[in-house]
Amino acid sequence: MSALGKLFEKRRKKALLMPYITGGYPSMHACGHLLDAFIEGGADMIELGVPFSDPLADGPVVQASAQQALDAGVTPDDVLTLASRYSSRLPVVLLVYYNCIFAYGQERFAEAAAAAGVSGLIVPDLPVDEASEFIDVCRARGVDVILLVAPTSTGERIGMIAARASGFIYCVSVAGVTGARDALSDQLPDFLARVRERTDVPLAVGFGVSTAEQAAAVARHADGVIIGSKLISMVRDAGEVDIAARAVKTFLSQVNEELIK
Amino acid sequence: MSIPARFGPYGGRYVPETVIPALDELAAAYERLRDDPVFRSQLKALLKNFVGRPTPLYLAERLSSRLGGPRIYLKREDLCHTGAHKINNTVGQLLLAVEMGKTRVIAETGAGQHGVATATAAALFGIPCAIYMGEKDIDRQELNVVRMKLLGAEVIPVSSGSRTLKDAMNDAIRDWVTNVENTYYVIGSVAGPAPYPAIVRELQSVIGREALAQIQEAEGRLPTELIACVGGGSNAMGLFAPFLEKEYIRLTGVEAGGEGLDTGRHGASIERGERGVLHGSLSYVLQDAYGQILEAHSISAGLDYPGVGPEHSFLHDEGRVRYDSVTDAEALAAFTMLSGTEGIIPALESAHAIAYLARHIDRFTHEDLIIVNLSGRGDKDVYQAARMLELL
Repeated sequence: MSALGKLFEKRRKKALLMPYITGGYPSMHACGHLLDAFIEGGADMIELGVPFSDPLADGPVVQASAQQALDAGVTPDDVLTLASRYSSRLPVVLLVYYNCIFAYGQERFAEAAAAAGVSGLIVPDLPVDEASEFIDVCRARGVDVILLVAPTSTGERIGMIAARASGFIYCVSVAGVTGARDALSDQLPDFLARVRERTDVPLAVGFGVSTAEQAAAVARHADGVIIGSKLISMVRDAGEVDIAARAVKTFLSQVNEELIK
Repeated sequence: MSIPARFGPYGGRYVPETVIPALDELAAAYERLRDDPVFRSQLKALLKNFVGRPTPLYLAERLSSRLGGPRIYLKREDLCHTGAHKINNTVGQLLLAVEMGKTRVIAETGAGQHGVATATAAALFGIPCAIYMGEKDIDRQELNVVRMKLLGAEVIPVSSGSRTLKDAMNDAIRDWVTNVENTYYVIGSVAGPAPYPAIVRELQSVIGREALAQIQEAEGRLPTELIACVGGGSNAMGLFAPFLEKEYIRLTGVEAGGEGLDTGRHGASIERGERGVLHGSLSYVLQDAYGQILEAHSISAGLDYPGVGPEHSFLHDEGRVRYDSVTDAEALAAFTMLSGTEGIIPALESAHAIAYLARHIDRFTHEDLIIVNLSGRGDKDVYQAARMLELL
């Protein structure tokens, strides 16, 4: 069983808290502080984004964080280094657009990720139909490729995705891009049930989860909750790193309490 | 014959899972409709009565004698309704959208020609339309922004990244991902995820089919070379498509050389790019060593794009089409020359194809018979040209 498989196995009783931050945002140094705050706030896993110039699946908040990191010269190697500093403390998953992997070389990227102790790779623009080779390359090195399913995925496609999934399946809560939303889709439970029918792989939900209440609602139906844009906007609005780290830690602790309930 | 998803290694569908079912639905609908007699006759009637096809194949005698080489014909796509070849594609895709029961269309635009063509077709079918356009392009193509608004489209300014076509396409894809249930995405070039490159190629290939018949009628023989500008590459693919199998005919694609290939400020994705994934397909892309997409540059907003359609990458590797580039200055000189010599003001995009011919005229003889795709007219460019030529 992969590292992620074991993690979900161990924590069966509680939905995992999976916070996201763009690697190198708001700076390389500050990003480290935020990852510490993730751990102190009770995160079960860290999701770290590799900044990309054209992030198709991201809304304005994550886009702006990626651009800021790129403007400061952050590279995939920098994010891998950051990941290696935390992967001994908590499982780390990278969110990385396919062109960054392609330019690096699929095998070379998988090797670098494995060397950094990264447990899984989420590639939002690599649907299962295009992912076969990369899944094999990663699996040979003990790294899971985390596939995404969407509310628009047909039963046939969910089956295709389930057949190739490992670690967990990233369930996109709504058709759309990343970003905080006022309310969760009322179709989320049905959607998750449709996926659950076809797989035993753990399900994590992301896109639009921004409050402890929403996280708790998601946790009733899923094995993991991913929170990204909300955290980035907290960091953006806080200005100073110390204030941001405190706010993030407090918020994650509140979410975690809801998940434990 | 089913429509291809790949051209050699190029193409594919590198987009979020959310829109993959919609791409499947589009491919299935197009496969069904492309041979449907009703769909075909509707499209044919629109191309004739609304677009104004066939467009003339015009013997540019004064240009031929001024350059002093081959006989030069211009395929007059500038005479299409809305002023460019883009409308060939949009009327076809709007027909498709209506057949698929979509109630809203969106598009990206660079120079504004595809935006205008989409807004026009949307008005014709009475469907709400939103056009994504980079803020930089809005500034330099003001006329087309006004046209789109008159046609009832909402023009959404894009302020991210380089604020040009690349970023407009990012935001159009994000809109599509969000509204995929009711929205049809009208891609304007032979780019994007499959099946778009194949659909757009087929809808634009009317250019080449007409040209083939027209040149035989006028000259009793086939051309020796076809020349077209390449941004994403839809006018070139449309002209080249029926000629690809005639391997004795030389095909030339002209990319945007911008301020010169060695300045780094250009749009020559094939000549100076690497393989990469942009906007859903694998193709040649301008990028850095880490795969970050670079800003393109061109005097012409329609060629200001760091990628190219996947079939062009394939045709380049195969050696079937040769790709070259001309600079902004050469394009502007050709823009002026064609205006004064033939009474035709070309789009700055199309002026690149003319400029290529002017630069390489020594390669041709009087025996050569050339077709240049005059993909659009230059009304949209006159203010920009006037500023650069100091005519105002």
